Amino acid sequence: MNRRFKSLAATLSSVLLTLFGLTVLTFLIGRVMPVDPVIAAVGDNAPEDVILRVRAEMGLDQPIPVQFLHYLYQLAHGDFGMSVLTKNPVATDIVRFFPATFELATAALLLAALIGIPLGVWAAVRQGTFTDQAIRVVCLAGHSVPVFMLSLISLLIFYSWLDLAPGPGRQDIIFDGMIDTVTGILTIDTLIAGDFDAFKDALAHMAQPVIILAYFSMAYIARMTRAFMIDALKGEYVITARAKGLSLTKVIWGHAFPTVAVQLVTVMALTYAGLLEGAVVTETVFSWPGIGQYLTVSLMNADMNPVVGTTLLIGLIYVGLNLIADILYRVLDPRVQ
Amino acid sequence: MNATFRNWALDENPSSRRQAAWGNWYRIWLNLRGNALGMIGLTIIAIFIGIAIFAPLLATHDPAMQDLGNRLAAPSALHWFGTDELGRDIYSRLLYGGRVTLGMVIAVVVLVAPIGLAIGCIAGYFGGIVDTILMRITDIFLAFPRLVLALAFVAALKPGVESAILAIALTAWPPYARMARAETLTVRGSDFIAAYRLTGGSSWRIIFRHIMPLCVPTLIVRVTLDMSSIIITAASLGFLGMGAQPPSPEWGAMIATAKRFIFEQWWVAAIPGIAIFCVSLAFNFLGDALRDVLDPKGN
Repeated sequence: MNRRFKSLAATLSSVLLTLFGLTVLTFLIGRVMPVDPVIAAVGDNAPEDVILRVRAEMGLDQPIPVQFLHYLYQLAHGDFGMSVLTKNPVATDIVRFFPATFELATAALLLAALIGIPLGVWAAVRQGTFTDQAIRVVCLAGHSVPVFMLSLISLLIFYSWLDLAPGPGRQDIIFDGMIDTVTGILTIDTLIAGDFDAFKDALAHMAQPVIILAYFSMAYIARMTRAFMIDALKGEYVITARAKGLSLTKVIWGHAFPTVAVQLVTVMALTYAGLLEGAVVTETVFSWPGIGQYLTVSLMNADMNPVVGTTLLIGLIYVGLNLIADILYRVLDPRVQ
Repeated sequence: MNATFRNWALDENPSSRRQAAWGNWYRIWLNLRGNALGMIGLTIIAIFIGIAIFAPLLATHDPAMQDLGNRLAAPSALHWFGTDELGRDIYSRLLYGGRVTLGMVIAVVVLVAPIGLAIGCIAGYFGGIVDTILMRITDIFLAFPRLVLALAFVAALKPGVESAILAIALTAWPPYARMARAETLTVRGSDFIAAYRLTGGSSWRIIFRHIMPLCVPTLIVRVTLDMSSIIITAASLGFLGMGAQPPSPEWGAMIATAKRFIFEQWWVAAIPGIAIFCVSLAFNFLGDALRDVLDPKGN
């Protein structure tokens, strides 16, 4: 027990160090920008004294270490600065945009796991056969198409040519402003409002980006599942179970898979983090009002506070997910001492 | 000649170091040749490199020449892949775009592989505080999705090819360092390393002459598999307007401008998209095959 506690403490301290590094890195990114933030705020033609005053107001006349401490102080108070573009505090914007990304990424993860895990298990059982090769090609293809390309192709085929799917965006204009924001997750909010047409509309709008993101991350899940399962199937207990006369299905899902499931927790956490990256591009193509689109729009307008804020947030989620995976692994797997 | 080389290379008792090394590489090649997907990948990559090198000879038009009277033309005998929104020949632009992509990929790998390798080997060999510091720095860079960090870096520098290369390189080295460290840890305690130390070899000599070369096979697999991710990140940066800038025929940037008329002239966006897909799939095929060949236990 003591040893387990010690290793947990080591993990936590390394996480804290990483978090500190994240703030240093984002601080530096925010400082080395091509445009002077003061000029960006007051304009090119502002008189000298206004520039000096604004510089002092923004704290940019202080030495760099002081500025960094100030940055940490602001972060500790949940203050990511103001967005020049939306005229809102970045924290407010993030709270508004994050649920859309969360909804997208979570749905995609569930779908990817539902398809990717069975595919990986199947490939492992049929290792070296044509099925295995076919699954490998499908998965590698998913990892070789840029997400923006898939999104454009999907819009072209299913929206423009076949008219099966709705266009970009999160809901139809007719539902705009009809649904009260409770959680910010549209599928849940429409259910709370009891509006099934709006719910169906929200689901339809989600279908394309979710399927694309799921395909993109399914590749990784399936490949890892395959690798883990191949190892698990070599276990003597599997041979024993087979020799006892248990059916193949029972041996695979009842005996081999549970030992793999714990390792898959880590894979899921990493996949979820990767989905946030995919979401940046997908949201841009589908005009999905999440933090990905917020990030790219701010980038194109050289609005650095939102860029730094979103980058930091995504980094935090990344570290958090890894920590959760690590803890779950320790808790769930009795083999970890 | 061929048969002589074969016999010489596959000799069970090589008489020189060179012969043994050639024999090793030849066996790897023989194994790789038996892997269909790997060979498909290798062929596509060879074609892609050839196209990039010989672009001026293969192009039918000047990639920058505009012909506004012939905008967004469908593929024809004159313009094999049609023309873009300024009447430029897409086929020729695609060839020249291959140069941009290939150049970016090579630049990133040349920057990243030696740095990651050196950091990982040094951390693994010395251990202790050096290891802790280097690995914490690695963790910090690993704590961001690659594209997001690259986007933030490019925004802080200035959109363009050079910034994109630098940004991708800054986000790409940590996995190499991790890998090199793990490899170093497995050989650090071996007898032959101890023997070198006893004969008075300095730490640096041991690291650079005896440990780093051992990491090379794993490095090759890692680089090949990473290529597709680098290509896609570069294209994504171009697509988001943060990589190569518009007059440049970079594939991602081509798609970015073409997405406005995707519903009418879809091929303008589709053709560079197919190119990205083929090249990146080819690298994935080859990397997967190389992993099987070079590292049988890793499969």
